[in-house]
Amino acid sequence: MTKKNLLKKGAALASLALGLASFSAASATAQELRFMCSSDGNECATFRELFDKFEAANDGVSIVIEDVPYKSILENLPIQLAAGTGPDLAKVTDLGGLNQYYLDITPHVDAATWETNFGSTQPWFRGGDDDNGIYGMLTQLTVTGPFINKTLFDQAGVAVPGADADWDTWAAAANEVAKATGVTFPMAMDRSGHRIAGPAISYGAKLFADDGSPILVDDAFTAYVEKFVGWHKDGTMAPEVWGASGGTSYQDAKAEFINGDLVYYFSGSWQIQKMAESIGDDFDWQVVGSPCGAGGCSGMPGGAGVVGFEQTEHPELVGKLMDFLAQGDNYNYLTAKTLNIPAHAGVAANPVDYIDASEDAAAALNAFAAQVAGLSPIALKYQGFKHNRAMFNITLQRVSQAIVGELSVEDAMARAKTDLAEALAASQ
Amino acid sequence: MLALLSAVMRIFEIPMAFLQRVLGIKRLAWVFLAPNLILFSLFAFLPVILNIVYAVTGGDQILLKDRSFVGLDNFDTLSKCTNYLDPNSCQKDIFWRSVHNTGWFIVLQVGFMVGFSLLTALVLNRDIRARGFFRSVFFFPVLLSPVVVALVWKWILQRQGLLNAGLDSMGFEPVLWLLERKWTFAWSIFLSVWAHMGFYTLILLAGLQAIPRDVYEAALMDAAKPFRTFRKITLPLLMPTMLVVMILALIKGVQTFDEVYAFSGGGPGSATTLVIQYVYETGFAGAPRLFGLASAASIMLALVLVVLTGLQLWATRKNADG
Repeated sequence: MTKKNLLKKGAALASLALGLASFSAASATAQELRFMCSSDGNECATFRELFDKFEAANDGVSIVIEDVPYKSILENLPIQLAAGTGPDLAKVTDLGGLNQYYLDITPHVDAATWETNFGSTQPWFRGGDDDNGIYGMLTQLTVTGPFINKTLFDQAGVAVPGADADWDTWAAAANEVAKATGVTFPMAMDRSGHRIAGPAISYGAKLFADDGSPILVDDAFTAYVEKFVGWHKDGTMAPEVWGASGGTSYQDAKAEFINGDLVYYFSGSWQIQKMAESIGDDFDWQVVGSPCGAGGCSGMPGGAGVVGFEQTEHPELVGKLMDFLAQGDNYNYLTAKTLNIPAHAGVAANPVDYIDASEDAAAALNAFAAQVAGLSPIALKYQGFKHNRAMFNITLQRVSQAIVGELSVEDAMARAKTDLAEALAASQ
Repeated sequence: MLALLSAVMRIFEIPMAFLQRVLGIKRLAWVFLAPNLILFSLFAFLPVILNIVYAVTGGDQILLKDRSFVGLDNFDTLSKCTNYLDPNSCQKDIFWRSVHNTGWFIVLQVGFMVGFSLLTALVLNRDIRARGFFRSVFFFPVLLSPVVVALVWKWILQRQGLLNAGLDSMGFEPVLWLLERKWTFAWSIFLSVWAHMGFYTLILLAGLQAIPRDVYEAALMDAAKPFRTFRKITLPLLMPTMLVVMILALIKGVQTFDEVYAFSGGGPGSATTLVIQYVYETGFAGAPRLFGLASAASIMLALVLVVLTGLQLWATRKNADG
């Protein structure tokens, strides 16, 4: 080997060693957080903008967003968390159900400020009445409720029922509009136990016994299910949603509404952005109040929250990031950009200046926001109940079976009671 | 280069020579089998053992240390029925509906699959024009993802889909195919046969081509009619291949989940819910996640499959022995 070659090889080795050393040094100081996210609209992209701001203000911090389908959040995330391979944070909807994995960020944030801004929804994240931890914040407060195709009502010459109209009034109006305009579907409701809960509560369903234990089925719940099944049989409700699917599969009627083939669509506020983008000027649409009954005129609250997980290697950083997101300006931007209802009391105190929102979208958001105050305490309790997902799934399965005639309503409700008892026993 | 190769071989020779001295030439074969056995154990054998362990434990926790031993309770829960032919009389009525659905599914799906595959193979074995093109056309659905297959047929069959548009144009009333339980079940069998038929057609085609030509020539010289030739020559000589196809189709049929789930979600109601969907929803999509019950259901299914496969293998051996 010549002297020249030896020098060349020596220089290459030295560079390699230097590179490896600097890489190790950088790795030692760099902190990476993994955030699992799913979007109804542009939520994950908006988080990315905010995280870029956080990274710029915090040297050496890198936040990786795992943009996944909603089903992954529901089904894969719990498995990952149980196996200890979960992300550092995630945007979740099963707020109480994942409590056992949450990181309590109380040591890392100003607890008093958090309680002021998110106090009403904190119980949804907690494990019980004696749990006072701060685990996350609702970044997307949602409310279920109806959308109507206003243009179809105008074309049919049918007056939009008033704020205190009940389900029968709305069903009659929707049928009249559909008949007059030749539209295929008068009414539809997303195939979801969460969606049917609001109407059932408005009908008088209690869902919980006086001692706070879940019962799901009572006379009022059964009465609403009878009504619901009847609407599917007489063509009032689009059968493709609840009647064509099985098991726990989710189905919505968004496409039918956006295509102008549905008069009355019971869904929720998270659909607003999609509707605004897809409908545009094709027709006028608006949000109306939830139909009324013996239990009020309530929808179901819901939404997604950002939580940190106990298994993170950077708990302080996770707390810092969540505190950053909870700051008024940042939360306001998140709400305005994603066209959602704010759960932050400070932000909700003033009207949100929604970004790029059409007139219909802005009006819809304000209409849903106005309904928050009217939510039934039963609805609020149901949303925060740890085993609500089991109750939603049971409702889905058994009501669908009643609709297609596999079971009578009576048998379906009897089965639902047994299912609930078994689910609660298995969870002990 | 040769020197380098020689050096590398010498590196392996040292440990192998040592092993040969220690184990002897006969037991050395296990050393070569070991990597495959380890992988097989990790990814096939170990999951089966874990599945059995989950089936005898209870609770909704995934880590075994957090689960309690319950013996055969999960199997007992699944088996509680007054009348096994009536799912409504069972504690786990959805499980038994899925068992009934799966039973009918595999009987009809395997029957139609083998039948249509044989018919197609017989046609493709003839000297027809563009035979190569048609062979590709029949095989093409096999290449498609099950979700694509399901969605394509869902769009064709939905209320405002292609099929109803065609019926409407011919003056017929549209049919709500995906809202009628029996029709949805029938269509789920159809799309499963359509998606997989090409694969079995190829196997049967290979079997047909292995039959010696002179046997048919001899039959022709004896003025044997085509149907008699098929019954007395083609079918018996093709039987071993057909049995293989039936076993494969049966196993595949029992494992069906993705395309039916994407097609109908197991609905309407539970009309197209198959056992694998029950296992998936009980263990993963449901709340609480009952891993034990799901594992027990999968073991019960596996036992049925083992029995059916054993019966078919016995039939194959009996047929081969004449």
